Amino acid sequence: MSSRAEPAVAASGVRKRRGPLTWVSRDGLSTLVFLLPLLLIFGMFSWFPILRSFVMAVQHTNLVSTPTFVGLNNFATVLADPLFGTAVANTAYFALLALIFGYPIPLVLAVIMSETRRFKGLYSALAYLPVVVPPVVGVLLWKVFYRGGPNGAFNSILGTIGLGPIQWLGDAAMAMPSVVVEATWAAFGGTVIIYLAALLSVPPELYDAAEVDGASIWQKVRHVTLPHLRGILFITLILQLIATAQVFTEPFLLTEGGPANSTTTVLLLIYQYAFGSSLGGHFGEAAALSLMLAAFLGVFTAVYFWLTRSWSTES
Amino acid sequence: MTVKPNLRFKALAMVVVAMFAASACGSSTTTASPSTTSAATPAPTSATSAAPTPAATHKPVTISVGALRPGATQEAVDALNLQISEFNAKYPWITIESQEYNWTGPTFSAELAGGTLPTVFNIPFTDGKGLIAQHQIVNIDSRVRALPYVDKLNKNVLINGQDKDGKIWALPYSAYGMSLTYNRTLFKAAGLDPDQPPTTWDEVKADAKIIATKTGVAGYSMMATGNCGGWQLTTITNALGGRMEAVGADGKVSATVNNAQTKAALAYLHGLRWDDNSMGATFDYNWGTINAAFAAGQIGMFTGGSDLYTAMVQSNELVPADYGVTIVPLANDPNAGVLGGGNLAAVNVLTTEDQRDAAVDWIDYYYMQPLLTQDGAVANAQALKANNQPVGVPALPVFDKATYDQQQLWIKDYTNVPTAQMTPFTSKIFTEPVLTEPLYNTQDLYKTLDPVVQAVLTNKNADINALLDAANVAVQKIIDTPAS
Repeated sequence: MSSRAEPAVAASGVRKRRGPLTWVSRDGLSTLVFLLPLLLIFGMFSWFPILRSFVMAVQHTNLVSTPTFVGLNNFATVLADPLFGTAVANTAYFALLALIFGYPIPLVLAVIMSETRRFKGLYSALAYLPVVVPPVVGVLLWKVFYRGGPNGAFNSILGTIGLGPIQWLGDAAMAMPSVVVEATWAAFGGTVIIYLAALLSVPPELYDAAEVDGASIWQKVRHVTLPHLRGILFITLILQLIATAQVFTEPFLLTEGGPANSTTTVLLLIYQYAFGSSLGGHFGEAAALSLMLAAFLGVFTAVYFWLTRSWSTES
Repeated sequence: MTVKPNLRFKALAMVVVAMFAASACGSSTTTASPSTTSAATPAPTSATSAAPTPAATHKPVTISVGALRPGATQEAVDALNLQISEFNAKYPWITIESQEYNWTGPTFSAELAGGTLPTVFNIPFTDGKGLIAQHQIVNIDSRVRALPYVDKLNKNVLINGQDKDGKIWALPYSAYGMSLTYNRTLFKAAGLDPDQPPTTWDEVKADAKIIATKTGVAGYSMMATGNCGGWQLTTITNALGGRMEAVGADGKVSATVNNAQTKAALAYLHGLRWDDNSMGATFDYNWGTINAAFAAGQIGMFTGGSDLYTAMVQSNELVPADYGVTIVPLANDPNAGVLGGGNLAAVNVLTTEDQRDAAVDWIDYYYMQPLLTQDGAVANAQALKANNQPVGVPALPVFDKATYDQQQLWIKDYTNVPTAQMTPFTSKIFTEPVLTEPLYNTQDLYKTLDPVVQAVLTNKNADINALLDAANVAVQKIIDTPAS
């Protein structure tokens, strides 16, 4: 019987593969070679810098002179820095505003778009368009829109109804909300696409049944759509929180952390430690704060998943 | 035996991947540790320049020079190429590669840490001591001591490139005084006389208000980011008679950024911004963006270096007729002075001994000869003028005033900048006291003051005393922290 013969053949095959020549002839070498670029690139640009940051966090180094071991001094220096508290508070504020502005908007848009009968593809493309725009280009575009004078794009529009001009980026109270609006614009398209895909998984007969029962649009969303999107919503929420904790491009290009440090985020502070001084020399503090942020996000994510482990289970 | 198509593909792919890996791993880098000793350049044979030894005795060497700013016009590129070809006529064994370079705090530290600086680059006076203390540039003392003119350098200027033992690590090649740059066209449009620029801070305030009211653009602007806010605040503080640092009899350095003059300077800016509404709507200018805005006719007046004309022509297409420059107004205070500044030419530590020799040859040719010899000055001026680059921009003497005057005479026929428009500055600067920048942790001091300037310009209720007291504590902490 063939079914009995197979194990013997397989066992014989296992013995043959042990030889290096057999291994090579069985594509082992080509597998390794094809894996090599991946290993090299990830090793060089991801794993090595991660390992290196652990070392640098306990060193005083400017990357030119010989580094010196300083133990946990860099962590103490960062914690004692008055800007550390400012940066953490600003980052939390950014995350909160991004949650308020950025979390519900893609969901609402996705639901509306899924309900439309025509031009669905066009709406999807329009929603995704900001994601296609390179981040730096997008930010610089918004910087022009945000110009504080009466001739700025937004201020011109406001001027037509007798409002403004507003110092969008030149006022400490307005700067962070302005940064968040730009960041939301830049990122919401991707989330809309994720929600749209998830909405396809909702069985249409559930909507039909709800309609037969006389459910309104809101009741359909509340009792059919949202329960089915729960898993995706939890994932996008944690991804958004992680992304907002690492926000850098927008405040760096729009405000450079100003005015008066009102938009200095944790990542911007890390950058300033490393590159803020032309003489360098604060790479240890930068690495220490990076590790602190990574540790916080790791713990935060673990706690989040632990707390929501029952909620996120598909019903 | 025939090879199956998929195996052939795999074999080919493996070869390509292996070649890629080999090239990635095998790219050679020529590095050398910082050296404090070096072979001297050939002995000088003339009074002003060390003559090169015959080319046959030299090995070919390639160096990169950071002589062009990013965004430089084709004419600026052509002018440099002409200078390089003239250099090669004298030093045929040296290949010069131009690398775009512009000193800014963040980009410089990134390039320094990443090892991507050109072989020869410039740094501001403010960074000389720090880079020397950390051995992040090459000790070129023995090489430049072989040049016959080093002893003639202005001691107050040379000190910026020396260590505590007097060894030279970087060579000063330009010096400037802070000025009040103003737009003559806007002055005329506002009904002001561009030949009579303001001579007191009160006049600056009054003129700024008139320009803002009559033209709709900012009458006065202030840099506030990229360490420039602190720099310009120091400029006004010095002009009012204040100092940002003090050195006690015991040698202890104290931060004094909360001095009365700095408070007055910030109160003055607060008045321009909030009482007069004379400062427009942009409060995050740095060195590059304020130059661009000025060249675009968006700014009536601002404080900056007296040498800005060159950068604005090279990168911002400045209309020469717009440009006016005068001395920073000085208060009636015996300590009031014009903040000075300048640039040092330095050599990258990631270089071979031959490259370091070649780097000093380039520094001598490109930076120093135009200041010292008629041939050098004329050749430089001709190359610049032939490519419509500015010749005759106001500067301060790197050597002595007589040498400076002589050099100005040599290039007189080639001068193509509107010198008459620069007279308000050039007629006064040589009789006013020029002050050095704060000597200790200068850029960190400036950086700490950036948010203070920003706060005053963006928050009407900013508490100047509290801001400066907090900044003083922060600067003192930086000063007290030992350098790595």
